[in-house]
Amino acid sequence: MTTAATAATAARRRRWRDAPFALALLTPSLVILGAFVLYPLARAFWLGHQRCDPTGANCRSNGWDQYIDVFRSEEFQQALGVTVRFSLLTVPVGLALGVALAVLADKQIRGMSLFRTVFSSTVATSVAVASLMWFFLLNPSVGVLAEWIGGVAKSPGLLRDEGTALWAVAISSIWANLGFTFIVVTAGLQSIPADLYESAYVDGADGWMRFSNVTIPMLGPTLLFVGVVLTSRAFQSYGEFDLLTGGGPNGSTTSLTYLVYGNNSVIKSNSGLQAAVAVLLFGVLLALSVLQIRGVERRVHYGD
Amino acid sequence: MATSTSPRGWRLVGRYALLISMTVLILFPIWVMLVGAFKPGNKVLQDPLLPTNVTLDTLRQAWRDGNLGRSLVNSTVVAVIVTVAQVVTAVLSAYAFAFLKFPGRTLVFGVFLATLLVPFEATVVVNRSTVQDLGWLNSYQGLAVPFLATAFGTFLVRQVFLTLPKDLREAARMDGLGHLGFLREVAVPLARPTLGALALFSFLSTWNQYLWPTTISTEDDWNTVQSGLRVLSQAQIDKPNLVIAGTVIVALPIFLVLLIFQRQLVRGLTAGAVKG
Repeated sequence: MTTAATAATAARRRRWRDAPFALALLTPSLVILGAFVLYPLARAFWLGHQRCDPTGANCRSNGWDQYIDVFRSEEFQQALGVTVRFSLLTVPVGLALGVALAVLADKQIRGMSLFRTVFSSTVATSVAVASLMWFFLLNPSVGVLAEWIGGVAKSPGLLRDEGTALWAVAISSIWANLGFTFIVVTAGLQSIPADLYESAYVDGADGWMRFSNVTIPMLGPTLLFVGVVLTSRAFQSYGEFDLLTGGGPNGSTTSLTYLVYGNNSVIKSNSGLQAAVAVLLFGVLLALSVLQIRGVERRVHYGD
Repeated sequence: MATSTSPRGWRLVGRYALLISMTVLILFPIWVMLVGAFKPGNKVLQDPLLPTNVTLDTLRQAWRDGNLGRSLVNSTVVAVIVTVAQVVTAVLSAYAFAFLKFPGRTLVFGVFLATLLVPFEATVVVNRSTVQDLGWLNSYQGLAVPFLATAFGTFLVRQVFLTLPKDLREAARMDGLGHLGFLREVAVPLARPTLGALALFSFLSTWNQYLWPTTISTEDDWNTVQSGLRVLSQAQIDKPNLVIAGTVIVALPIFLVLLIFQRQLVRGLTAGAVKG
């Protein structure tokens, strides 16, 4: 009895004894995360209901309805549409290409390490490098692709035509993300136990059946992870629009982030509206990750 | 000889054919960039696919006009500061979550978890005015301080710390090692592969940042390589090969870094690098 009681007090004392040390260890992270992640988010929520002068001063409350007004505005709806279309163009194709490359390279044959290095290589390109590379390639005045494709590619250029600009940016983005997808899917493939393939083989499954009944289900968690990363990257894309199209022509490539921060931003001088769009962007991304994780979870095989 | 005509042999030939064509597709933009960067300005339209009229003049001019030397120094300084700080802050907070018991631990950990859901793009508006109020526009502090700690790093390191056997801490205590001694001499050395991966990941994502430096660096001397490329591309919009030469200069160092640290990269990316 008494020993149990002393043990309990000792445990409680120990619980508190470590507290100051724990606080000291956590302080650096807490200060940074508080000042540059949590505070700005809360502040943006607050700013989002205000209207300000072009200088950003004299902010007055405009009511929380402002969020609804912004959401319904033509500019926001167009930017949201551009962003959604951009992810639909980039994510499925990027994922499929990455899986295809990884499966292709998943065999110990001569020269494979060289192919793997090449397939991973685009992970080394930053958004600025990749975008300017494709800008050079698509530039009608320099002309390699323009000569080959002809038509709009030659004049006014794929990036300056309303019908093709978003596609052109999407191609650059798919290319830039391919290295990342390849690396992660390759690691996923290597973690599939070989005996699963052997038993499928013994059961008489051909190559395609082994791919669709073993590889794809076992890759589930990896594909979910890559899909979530690629989608959230697509929704946060900024640099490729800034460098390739400047949001044009006619706003056909003005994504949500470009609407807030871009050169052609109609709300750049109004910190209230900017904050409102930023908060809505946060909401959209949050909803997206929740949906994606819950939706795919049911069909994903997590192993044992 | 006989195998090359068997179905298995043909399949191998097909695989190589696909591998080679994918290689060509992926390397094509890189090749066109390299060829363009080594051509003089007036010859850029000739043989865009062949290295003719090779010269270093375009690269030299891009280096000078783009102020790329200074930008490379800035990017390196910022990326090194952020990398070291992220590893240190991650180790410290991960240790608290993994080895210490204190009231409110779950709650604080939940707060860390929540910050992972906030996209950086949603906070730039406010962060810019914070940095401006601190007088940190166009400075290393402005470029680095907001990124000195991440919840991602804390999670990653905590995950490793949790796999260390409990007896290890007890044994260390018997040997008279306090928390700091245990952290320095046992926990950190055992977590080294993960710390290496985290370091490379931090370095890369800091080096590749685009929106933040273009937002707070308004003077040429405070550009990183990414915002510097933006300035170069806008100033020299009618000289595409000058811009592409600048791009080559910026791309090269990071290609080399990744070639050297390939293994850490794979580990870092597969560990759940949610924040792209």
